[in-house]
Amino acid sequence: MNHLSLIIKREYLTKVKNKAFIIMTFLSPLIMVALISLVAYLSQLNNDKVRTISVLDESGLFLNQFEDNEDLKFEMLTNTSLEEAKDNTKENELYGLLHIPNSQNIDELAKSITFFSEDSPSLVVMSDIERVVRKKANSLKLKENGFDAEQIEGLRVNVQTQLETFDGQETSELGSVLKLIFGGVSGYLLFMFIIIYGNMIMRSVIEEKTSRIIEVIISSVKPIKLLLGKIIGTSLAGVTQFAVWVILLGVLSTVVTLMFGIDPAAMQADQMQAMTDVGGDVDAKMVEAMVELNKLPLANLVIMFLLFFVGGYLLYASLYAAIGAAVDSETDTQQFMLPILLPLILAVYVGAFTVIEDPHGTVSQVFSYIPFTSPVVMLMRIPFGVPIWQQILSVVILFATFMGTVWFAAKIYRVGILMYGKKASYKEIIRWLKY
Amino acid sequence: MDNLLVANQVSKSYGGYRALNDVSIEVPKGSIFGLLGPNGAGKTTFIRIINQITMPDTGSVLLDGEPLQPHHIQHIGYLPEERGLYKSMKVGEQALYLAQLKGLSKSEAKKRLKHWFERLEIGDWWNKKIQELSKGMAQKIQFVVTVLHEPKLLIFDEPFSGFDPINANLIKDEILKLRDDGATVIFSTHRMESVEEMCDHIALIHKSNKILDGKLIDIKREFRSNTFEVGLVTEDKETVSKELKDRFDVTPATFKTINDELQYTIKLSNGHANELLGYLAEKGRVTHFVEVIPTANDIFIQAVQNH
Repeated sequence: MNHLSLIIKREYLTKVKNKAFIIMTFLSPLIMVALISLVAYLSQLNNDKVRTISVLDESGLFLNQFEDNEDLKFEMLTNTSLEEAKDNTKENELYGLLHIPNSQNIDELAKSITFFSEDSPSLVVMSDIERVVRKKANSLKLKENGFDAEQIEGLRVNVQTQLETFDGQETSELGSVLKLIFGGVSGYLLFMFIIIYGNMIMRSVIEEKTSRIIEVIISSVKPIKLLLGKIIGTSLAGVTQFAVWVILLGVLSTVVTLMFGIDPAAMQADQMQAMTDVGGDVDAKMVEAMVELNKLPLANLVIMFLLFFVGGYLLYASLYAAIGAAVDSETDTQQFMLPILLPLILAVYVGAFTVIEDPHGTVSQVFSYIPFTSPVVMLMRIPFGVPIWQQILSVVILFATFMGTVWFAAKIYRVGILMYGKKASYKEIIRWLKY
Repeated sequence: MDNLLVANQVSKSYGGYRALNDVSIEVPKGSIFGLLGPNGAGKTTFIRIINQITMPDTGSVLLDGEPLQPHHIQHIGYLPEERGLYKSMKVGEQALYLAQLKGLSKSEAKKRLKHWFERLEIGDWWNKKIQELSKGMAQKIQFVVTVLHEPKLLIFDEPFSGFDPINANLIKDEILKLRDDGATVIFSTHRMESVEEMCDHIALIHKSNKILDGKLIDIKREFRSNTFEVGLVTEDKETVSKELKDRFDVTPATFKTINDELQYTIKLSNGHANELLGYLAEKGRVTHFVEVIPTANDIFIQAVQNH
């Protein structure tokens, strides 16, 4: 067996057999599911309480406008004064009192509606109430000016631009959203992976120094092989852990859903829907989404995702390894951490703002070749169509930079041994490179 | 081919600091070669060059007549002064891993390890973690790992540090046995009594330069100063000692004896031992007459001070 595979095997096995690692692997999903379930349960508890609101409508315009729903109940008060209504509401421990003064001027009315309550009312309740009021006020206003509100609603035009490239590929705005989601998700995944496992690689590189075995090892293998083996072995352990997490999370959330009827996924779906409240038929949207999904160059995307994900991860991993190579103990690593995360954050920003605005603009193009940002930026650009040679060029640059960084790290590592006990500073490292 | 390792005019600088300056060393096959020198002299740099941890700026190193190449690490066993083992790994796994890195197959490594573990009576440590072992115990494992791949060249940097006298003796015997089995040993230490005991060749490095090398016995001859330790029983101690002091370069000496005698170390600037003996015989009864042979310690101190 050659050195590299030996080192990879050892790194992998020691990581995977490590007790803390095993505990974290199985505990993290448990904790996550428990937390999400708890939050879901608590918000359900909150939701279960029906709030009753008394309404004193002196204008008489909102008689049948307020409809009871799961969370809110409305009690219409009539023939009482405001003071009496307030006292009444307080005595009955109702949530609050909505007072609509008597005014036939809609504009004035809209400004003088008051909500009385014990504490500041919940934002959700307020937006519910305001929606009802706004709708009614709007239609009254229209009527006042001689329009028929229902007629107008019927006349509203739903605009949906059909997009087509010169090659005849049809896309839609939904397609663009899908593309962005793909880029965003892969960028996010990479980001998470680097943050979670970068430190593990750094620690693993420092291990030989703290256990003082470094000279024994380094007289048997080349530093570059040792570092490569560490990066790959630790990454594989990371992938294993991640896979266990995904599977466990899936299993656990299913179990929780079945047993307690709490659906963490559903909660998120609710939020999603609330955020992307585009209206329209959900089923039709789904079908459209599937169609759009099929239009994307899936094979290209999947292959490039794998290449860029692996390459990007390896590149950042090798930077962490370089830090590990430069220092003697973990406490010395702080000064080097920020410069590593900066390009990553930059990549996410460029991806999130520039690429959305113009996938093929100069800035997007440039950043999709720079290896520190290309894994995020190029992945976001690819769904919008990037010539295959550009993709390949970017991948080649990425992997070449990775090898370069490992070489650089190995050099620092080798010199770091000779300078035993000297603290690594930027100045010192630059000097080391000359040795 | 008489020399296993030949270094020709090896120089190495770190930045502005010259760690080795034109050092040439020849290590004869089958010898135990003492690499001596004060702290910071450049010994470790030299050893690291042999181990290809770092490259010389100029000069060359030949192992068995070939310029050093990566595959040579299989033929070298190195026990550095800064040593340790993976703390969380089990003894057996760790030894297997390190042996495989040195090019042994897993089954071969296992076989040899079993043998060594039995020999050093540490067989029941196989499944222990290093962090459960004491320092001396870990050192034993380290020693086994160093010699397991039966290298032609063994390099020990302070091999006895951390060992109790019994274990130090055990390791010393193992080293001598390895030498008898055909290995060549480079031995770097500050413990001059071990040099005296074990080394047949030495080289002394001081301030990045080699200032002395050769067979230990030749060097001793070179450093002999025609000095003798004498014991003389005489009636008139005072007169005789006065006479001696006038005639010779005399310093008081002490050695164990059953007589009431004059004890002196006499350095002859010229003349023969026999003449001194004849002179002494006239003055009284000679109970003790030994040539003072310089110890490795004396040679070390003298050579370093003269430079």
